[in-house]
Amino acid sequence: MFLLKNLTQIDGVSGNEEKVREYIKKEIEAVVDEIKVDKVGNLIAYKKGTGSKFKLLLSAHMDEVGFIVTGYSEDGMVKFRPVGGIDQRVLPGKRVLIGDKGVKGVIGCKPIHLQEKDERDKTIKIKSMYIDIGCDKRDEAEKLAGLGEYIAFDSKYTELGPDCVKAKALDDRAGCAIIMELLKNRYEFDLYASFTVQEEIGLRGSEVVGYQINPDVAFVIEGTTCSDVPGAKEHEYSTELGKGPVITVMDRTAYADKELVNFIYDTARKHKIDVQFKKTATGGNDAGKIQRSRCGVKVASISVPCRYIHSPSSVMSMKDYEGCKRLMEAVLTELESNNDYSLKILNGGNCNV
Amino acid sequence: MKNTKTPDILKELTNISAVSGYEELLARRLKEIFMEFCEEAWIDKFNNVVGKMTFPADEHRYIDGRNMKVLVMAHMDEIGLMVKSIDEKGFIRITSVGGIDSKILPAHEVIVHGKRDIPGIIGAKPPHLLKPEEANKSIKIEDLAVDTGMSAEDLKKVVSIGDLITLDCEFTELKNGKYSAKTIDNRSGVTALIEAMKELTGIKHGADVYFVASTQEETYLTGAIISSYVIEPDVAIIIDACHGNMPDTPKEETFTLGKGTAIGIGPVLDRKLSQTVINVAKDENIPYQIDVEPSDTGTEAWATQVSRAGIPTVLLSIPVRYMHTAVETVQIDDIKNTGRLAARFIARLTRHMEVI
Amino acid sequence: MFETIKKLAGSFGVSGSEEQIREVIKNEIEGKVDEIKVDALGNLIAVKKGSGKKIMVAAHMDEIGVMATYIDEKGFIRFSNIGWVWQYFALGQRVMFKNGTVGAVFFEQKLKEIKNLKLSNMYIDIGAKSREEAEKKVKIGDTACFAGDTVMEGTMVISKALDDRSGCAVMVKTIQDMPDTDNEIYFVFTVQEELGLRGAKTSAFGIMPDIAIALDVTDTGDTPECELMEVKCGGGPAIKIKDRSFIAHPEVRRLMEESAKKIGIPYQFEIMEQGGTDAGAIHVTGGGVPSGAISIPCRYVHSPVETADITDIENCVKLLRQCLKDA
Repeated sequence: MFLLKNLTQIDGVSGNEEKVREYIKKEIEAVVDEIKVDKVGNLIAYKKGTGSKFKLLLSAHMDEVGFIVTGYSEDGMVKFRPVGGIDQRVLPGKRVLIGDKGVKGVIGCKPIHLQEKDERDKTIKIKSMYIDIGCDKRDEAEKLAGLGEYIAFDSKYTELGPDCVKAKALDDRAGCAIIMELLKNRYEFDLYASFTVQEEIGLRGSEVVGYQINPDVAFVIEGTTCSDVPGAKEHEYSTELGKGPVITVMDRTAYADKELVNFIYDTARKHKIDVQFKKTATGGNDAGKIQRSRCGVKVASISVPCRYIHSPSSVMSMKDYEGCKRLMEAVLTELESNNDYSLKILNGGNCNV
Repeated sequence: MKNTKTPDILKELTNISAVSGYEELLARRLKEIFMEFCEEAWIDKFNNVVGKMTFPADEHRYIDGRNMKVLVMAHMDEIGLMVKSIDEKGFIRITSVGGIDSKILPAHEVIVHGKRDIPGIIGAKPPHLLKPEEANKSIKIEDLAVDTGMSAEDLKKVVSIGDLITLDCEFTELKNGKYSAKTIDNRSGVTALIEAMKELTGIKHGADVYFVASTQEETYLTGAIISSYVIEPDVAIIIDACHGNMPDTPKEETFTLGKGTAIGIGPVLDRKLSQTVINVAKDENIPYQIDVEPSDTGTEAWATQVSRAGIPTVLLSIPVRYMHTAVETVQIDDIKNTGRLAARFIARLTRHMEVI
Repeated sequence: MFETIKKLAGSFGVSGSEEQIREVIKNEIEGKVDEIKVDALGNLIAVKKGSGKKIMVAAHMDEIGVMATYIDEKGFIRFSNIGWVWQYFALGQRVMFKNGTVGAVFFEQKLKEIKNLKLSNMYIDIGAKSREEAEKKVKIGDTACFAGDTVMEGTMVISKALDDRSGCAVMVKTIQDMPDTDNEIYFVFTVQEELGLRGAKTSAFGIMPDIAIALDVTDTGDTPECELMEVKCGGGPAIKIKDRSFIAHPEVRRLMEESAKKIGIPYQFEIMEQGGTDAGAIHVTGGGVPSGAISIPCRYVHSPVETADITDIENCVKLLRQCLKDA
């Protein structure tokens, strides 16, 4: 799974997606008709359809959660703030890489021997955390880790058990990888792919994608929460590892188009692909912004379940990943051949503005 | 305005009330001022004031067969209060427009803008009558009332629901070039806009520059959203206030008064352009500080970044202490330098987003 | 008017599943406008063509509800909210799924302190004895509205979904007795307002109106020990000054006040502390749309016993008709 491995190993914190974008561009250039980078930094690819049907958009975000350098202590420690939503409890004692040169650092943590009794039970706030890059003085640290440089988790892609992988940024390099594979095909409809930026800080990249492309239908391929772990009650799992790709009916940012959801589900049944529905209505992704662009777009999200999302070590099942890919291939093929539904999508909304 | 000193410009602007959504008076005055420097100036349906300054295009500023367009924007609106109801005793119950901290309100002098301006005081229970638990909790806006000394009957002839109330405060000169007044956030930004206009007059720059004093930033970023949509600039420069250094706040989150403009860097702001602004500041010996913004900057940059297909945006912030109180404090050189920095950046910017 | 409100409020239309209410409204207005269309998100747009100003009038079709997220082995259903649902309003209520299945909403008995009540420690009982039996009637992702018949006591209507079927009723009545004007009017019955003014955003983009009027409910300050608010049931349509989503444009406010005075109906002014309306999304469309809102005073908003005065609703129709002529 070199594609997924390579993608997750690149550092691309929200606002610093350049290297991810370069990699994806290089890999897909040969198989698409047009490719460009827009003003916000999204990578947009286009493949003309063989027939004249509708405009279909596939979207995944390139960015991952991370941090940014905000200051220094006099004795050479680096102060930082999070970029995107991170549970501060996963931070103490982790390794990071700072800036384009990947300066190595560790998030320090007071040893338990030295903690007061009440300290042991409290969560450390990010404001009091610091990164040790080995410097002893402020100006030394300033030279190696400049103000505003981005910081990513230092975490290697590893195979776990017979079927799982552990890596950082599976949310949403998994989605990027799947779309890159799908771009190898040509369909009757016009196919657009957007690899967006800054999803993790508020769906920023996707906000301009719908405006530029004006698609008729869009699929967002994501990595989604999977909390089938000890301590969680069954109805709080949201999704379960190994049960297949996830169809989302509703989350905080979008209520998926119902006919599209039914179409996806029917396709899955027809092609005998295991799927699950997301069992919580929390979280959000680019689908919300695309759905509400211009005069509106029919959207649906299909995701791969990832345990420990937004941490340096998220875990995904390759069976779910392959299932997601197969499901999307099936959906695109079925859309191509289903004339009735295609017409419905085309007539759904006329946005000439 | 051409010969007016910066503190006097700031004083005039802070003395005109312009609560979010009700900026008409200030808009009219700003149009007059803009007309002294710009070829054209107009006020749109939401009271945004736009001034356009152009120069004949040259090859460095030509994009797609037209002149490069630069937007420089500073919001003119202020937070305030509004009449919610008048009770039988003539006390005015209030609601806020924009984010007012109710902690500053007890015992504050205010002006109620009814059919005429009426002075009032936001009442507070005398300390002698406070219960011990009450004394430690801050009062909520729902429990405050404005006392005008008038009866309900007389008051209702002049004041209605929806009328605005602003905090009354005198423009004060402190030591070392510092000034204190209400609405320094963001009249200091509008002042910097005017300073930039002054500086750009007579310079050959080649871009079409749109100066916008925008409205409703403190509420819904309405002015920024609609003016950037209409103007469709190639670059946007936002001028706003940021937190100045104060005794009880962490160093990483504040900026020193007098040390210059805080130039924003972070995901929302264009990386290349922000670095370019820093280079211009270094080049031209304009003092500056770096403002790291991990995500939402709390300014109009949030709107311009994603307007239509996106607008590369930079953020210049003026350090202001005690924000959203009636004693906001600023160092006058920071305002002048911000105006200068914006002007020098625009004058040298080319369509390749580099400077010459 | 009561029959119209009853028909609309009684229909099913939880945010995201507005098909049924859309059909019902469509039937009420067919033949009375020049064009009817449904856009990509499901907004119902009825156009009365004209050569004057382009006016957009919006009322939302959707209502709050719940979505089934998990069914346990015993057939009890866990759910999530659609729109803002206060758990204390949901407790002990009946909900109804689109296919008619009725359920009882209750909470985990082991919860000691009722102040810790959350939607996540509540469930729906549809009388099924097992997961298989439940799944025959309800699937994960199915949505349910709160049950609440529409009845009238005196001049007061008590019903679920007066937010915003009463606004839709005002629009329907206006269409059925179209005001004589050259203005071009887009009557938009929007979707997903309760999820964040979503339908209004996209429909406004497609229309780019010169002026917009939203019709929605607002709170009142006329019940025992209530929060301070000037709006009262029976005081007439409320002209909105501001809420959490926008500040009414002074010109549109002026239009409404003058129109109300012209036709001699009671009216009041409204400042809503919490909540917003479709105008919040419409006013920032394109180069900006001066917008206002005519609000129906309504007690107990977002509960199954929303209560409003029918004379206020009837006066809203009169006010809207006059505004559409005078704009």
